Amino acid sequence: MWDVVKVILYGLTALLAALAANWARDLAFQVHAIIVMVIAAGMLIYEIRRLGEPRFVADRGLYMDDVVRAGVIATAFWGIAGFLVGVIIALQLAFPSLNLEFAQPFLNFGRLRPLHTSAVIFAFGGNALIMSSFYIVQRTSGVRLWGGNLGWFVFWGYQIFIVLAATGYVLGATQSKEYAEPEWYVDIWLTVVWVAFLVAFLGTLAIRKERHIYVANWFLLSFIVTVAMLHIVNNLSIPVSIFGSKSVQVFSGVQDAMTQWWYGHNAVGFFLTAGFLGMMYYFVPKQAERPIFSYKLSIIHFWALIFLYIWAGPHHLHYTALPDWAATLGMVFSVILWMPSWGGMINGLMTLNGAWDKLRTDPIIRMFVISLAFYGMSTFEGPMMSIKAVNSLSHYTDWTIGHVHSGALGWNGMITFGALYFLVPRLWQRERMYSMAAINWHFWLATLGIVLYASSMWVTGIMEGLMWREVDAQGFLVNSFADTVSAKFPMYVIRALGGVLYLSGALVMVWNMWMTIRGAARVSNAVPAVPAE
Amino acid sequence: MDTYSILRAFADSWVLLAMALFYLGAILWAFRPGSRKTHDDIAGIPLRNDRPIVAKDGE
Repeated sequence: MWDVVKVILYGLTALLAALAANWARDLAFQVHAIIVMVIAAGMLIYEIRRLGEPRFVADRGLYMDDVVRAGVIATAFWGIAGFLVGVIIALQLAFPSLNLEFAQPFLNFGRLRPLHTSAVIFAFGGNALIMSSFYIVQRTSGVRLWGGNLGWFVFWGYQIFIVLAATGYVLGATQSKEYAEPEWYVDIWLTVVWVAFLVAFLGTLAIRKERHIYVANWFLLSFIVTVAMLHIVNNLSIPVSIFGSKSVQVFSGVQDAMTQWWYGHNAVGFFLTAGFLGMMYYFVPKQAERPIFSYKLSIIHFWALIFLYIWAGPHHLHYTALPDWAATLGMVFSVILWMPSWGGMINGLMTLNGAWDKLRTDPIIRMFVISLAFYGMSTFEGPMMSIKAVNSLSHYTDWTIGHVHSGALGWNGMITFGALYFLVPRLWQRERMYSMAAINWHFWLATLGIVLYASSMWVTGIMEGLMWREVDAQGFLVNSFADTVSAKFPMYVIRALGGVLYLSGALVMVWNMWMTIRGAARVSNAVPAVPAE
Repeated sequence: MDTYSILRAFADSWVLLAMALFYLGAILWAFRPGSRKTHDDIAGIPLRNDRPIVAKDGE
């Protein structure tokens, strides 16, 4: 019965998408309608050919790992895509002629920049979060993922969201909200997928065989629930036409700005922090083969993080039309937030207490430790930058970009790489990764890349901040905007170099994953230990 | 009073109090007597369950 319903649904979707493509008001909408039509038609044919065939019956004695395997591959794929676009736009900033004339307006900096941010945060980070949520919730509940193929719907639905968002940016569909650029129909689709994600996660928790819910699941659940809330409120908009991609926000003026940064900062707080802390609380104890340092600390810093993060958004709007009290509130909460953030870092690092030697022998542990170190650094830098006096210098400069990247490349990137190295041998039943030396190469390429990136952005950010505020004896500004742009050139080249190093590290990882999955066994050429005479 | 002021006054007083009490309650609950044994058990969850727990009777 359900199979027949599915066939009808796919058929209707394909038909409606074809109509929408015909009546589309703009290019982005038309291309999206065609993409949806092709996918729905393909699924229609696939389902019709399968009608009446015996169906795969899940074995409840096994975890549902095929969807996690797909997630591992998607994470690596989107990671490379996102890093590559990042390198391209870094070079575009250093050498503006790379905004190639024939590719205008599609491949200019303004359209590629959201492509880069969304690809790394939502495609790379999002896939990492979804696949590790599925992996972790099954293991810590002791049951197979609830909902049958719901996990697959979440996986493919999320990939469709990514493709629609990415093509939309290049074709000019954006609602101009940072990190929430996709237009109304893509937002609605993501809401559907996200609710399915929540249902699969909650369903698995509900049928769990362990009496208690492990702390990683608390973090992951807070990430799923809060992102749903943020996404819906920040994307309240009314489409101009049901056949067009343009929509108008319901909020306006400073209310809209506040809603946007309430969303924006909590995307950092709950997507890039709470979600990834959920990964940390599973993978670090697992790789170190010892329980988390203090379970009590994890409870306290969980609730502190949840109660504080939600108020920190106004620090993005210092010295704007936002009332002063709101900006001060955001600043104060951001500074207090420093403590629960470090609670997480300390808990992760101290898990290695008594096993610090693993740092020397296990490159995967090293990945997790550097990730926690960058988490600690960027959660110190963030509260500092939210202080009004510091913000008056740092805001709108490249310092912000450097801060974001030490968090994203250092914390989120490194912990994801560690998780991938942890998962690949286990998911494909290999003894270990194909090359341990390659993990070391990846570690150093990535670390060096981040160091070059962050330090060049500190220098250029503080320099341009100081240049902007420099006045002469008569009170006139000394520098024009173009003066700062030309002064930043060397640092922009160094930043692009840092990006290239980070990208090459990720390419080494993909090669290593490929060789591991293919199953080639590598004979270690290390000299066998010979006892001294 | 308009809706904004009513909600604002409510948020500034009772909701703030309720959230503060909830937070303090969560911390106190974590430190309740006998919690160490429970917490040690929960902290061990990731280190077991390499395969799903299936009831012995095959349910």
